[in-house]
Amino acid sequence: MSALVGNAQPLHGLIGGVLIGLAAAMMLLGAGRIAGVSGIAARATGLAESGMSMSSAWAFLVGLPVGALVIAALLDLPQAEFASWPVLLVAGLAVGVGTRMGSGCTSGHGVCGVSRLSQRSLIATATFMTAGIATVAISNLIRGH
Amino acid sequence: MSIARRILPPLASGALFGAGLAIGGMTDPSRVRGFLDLFGNWDPTLAFVMGGAVIVMAIAWRFQTRMARPVFGERFALPDRTDLDGKLIAGSALFGVGWGLAGLCPGPAVASLALAPSDALPFVAAMLAGMALHRIVPARSRRTQPQGI
Repeated sequence: MSALVGNAQPLHGLIGGVLIGLAAAMMLLGAGRIAGVSGIAARATGLAESGMSMSSAWAFLVGLPVGALVIAALLDLPQAEFASWPVLLVAGLAVGVGTRMGSGCTSGHGVCGVSRLSQRSLIATATFMTAGIATVAISNLIRGH
Repeated sequence: MSIARRILPPLASGALFGAGLAIGGMTDPSRVRGFLDLFGNWDPTLAFVMGGAVIVMAIAWRFQTRMARPVFGERFALPDRTDLDGKLIAGSALFGVGWGLAGLCPGPAVASLALAPSDALPFVAAMLAGMALHRIVPARSRRTQPQGI
């Protein structure tokens, strides 16, 4: 039982998910735009021409760590475990190229597009989930987990 | 007024988004990799995060179809592409590999910049470099398209 569920936090997950959904809904119904973080990051840094104004893109991006900081101050979050620097750099590069080539990430495709039943987003989400699961399985095999 | 209109709604949306990521455990890459570890010690938390977010957004899309314009804007600017191409698949696959390697995708990475700057910063810097690389390399096949879907 505990082997399957582990240290899962379904209630925290659900509450967090609802907040993310509300944030994306605010962007959609308030500004008329998709809350896709990869696209917004590209827009803010001048790596994309289309999209919201650069000032709006920066405001959204600044909001992300602010919101996370508030929660970290209120709740006792477990210490996050990150990969080593070389892995972070390689992974970041792949995520940067991949999200631009594929026109979105977990937020734009996974949340906004899937909830709209966009065929492109459903396929993109199925693809990055499969690739992510395969990557973790292979890296665990290599490291002998 | 117009500056406040342009800044405050996305700032509030971003903060709410970041709060949701932190509560849902998505700012901890080991938890995200736990979700992707389907054949090992699977952690289903992320499924609840995505489920909660998708349900709320599905309701929002129903409201959207009945609105002539967004509350703080003149018009909806939403992705309308329906074509399926190799770039969508290849790009998403590459993104998934990076996501699985680090347990980070763009939202949680940016949200972690204040909580864990020494780890999030190299990832975000490499991510932006990757975005710049994509912009430079296939310049001839590039077309302007709405981002996100």
